[in-house]
Amino acid sequence: MSMKMWKPTGLAMAAMAATAAVALMVPSAMAQRDPAYEAARAAGQVGEQPDGYLGYASTPTPAVRAIVDDINIKRKAAYTSGAPGGSTVEQFAFVTGCNLINKTKPGEKYMAPDRSWKTRDGGAPVRDSRCP
Amino acid sequence: MKTTRDEARRQTIGRCLAVMIGAAALAGCVQIETPDKPIEINLNINIKQEIVYRLDGDAKKLIEQNSEIF
Repeated sequence: MSMKMWKPTGLAMAAMAATAAVALMVPSAMAQRDPAYEAARAAGQVGEQPDGYLGYASTPTPAVRAIVDDINIKRKAAYTSGAPGGSTVEQFAFVTGCNLINKTKPGEKYMAPDRSWKTRDGGAPVRDSRCP
Repeated sequence: MKTTRDEARRQTIGRCLAVMIGAAALAGCVQIETPDKPIEINLNINIKQEIVYRLDGDAKKLIEQNSEIF
């Protein structure tokens, strides 16, 4: 009887260990953009805004809209949970936005401080004067 | 006669209670509509330069650790 009791426990331990291993692996597996999102960026349908969120550089298709809405919700959650003490979510999002515009690749869209959409070229992007 | 009146009163109280509970249940039902518009762009953000520099490292870390959403 005691042996029978142990077996499931051992299995459960193995299952827990496996779950923990998967949980550890997930961040690295997820650390890649969704191909549809990557394609929308490359096509210039979506771009980086100075406020740290994605925007539509052209009238979006329902699919593009869904991608942007989904990512912006996740971004908002990340800014909300990640904003260091003494700063607001908007401030943290803004500084992240400065970095994101900096990281756009040539051909991708970003929004300049005058709210116009620009295509990133080889030079430095036009950013808010307060960006670091 | 007295018992009938008591019964009638009890019934009335019962009905009143039912209506009150119903009303409370309705009042507690909050409807949330999902916004149709995307999140609005707010460029009028108030931020001091020292905060910008203090947040820059955290922002870079956030992008690195959540690269799938950036």
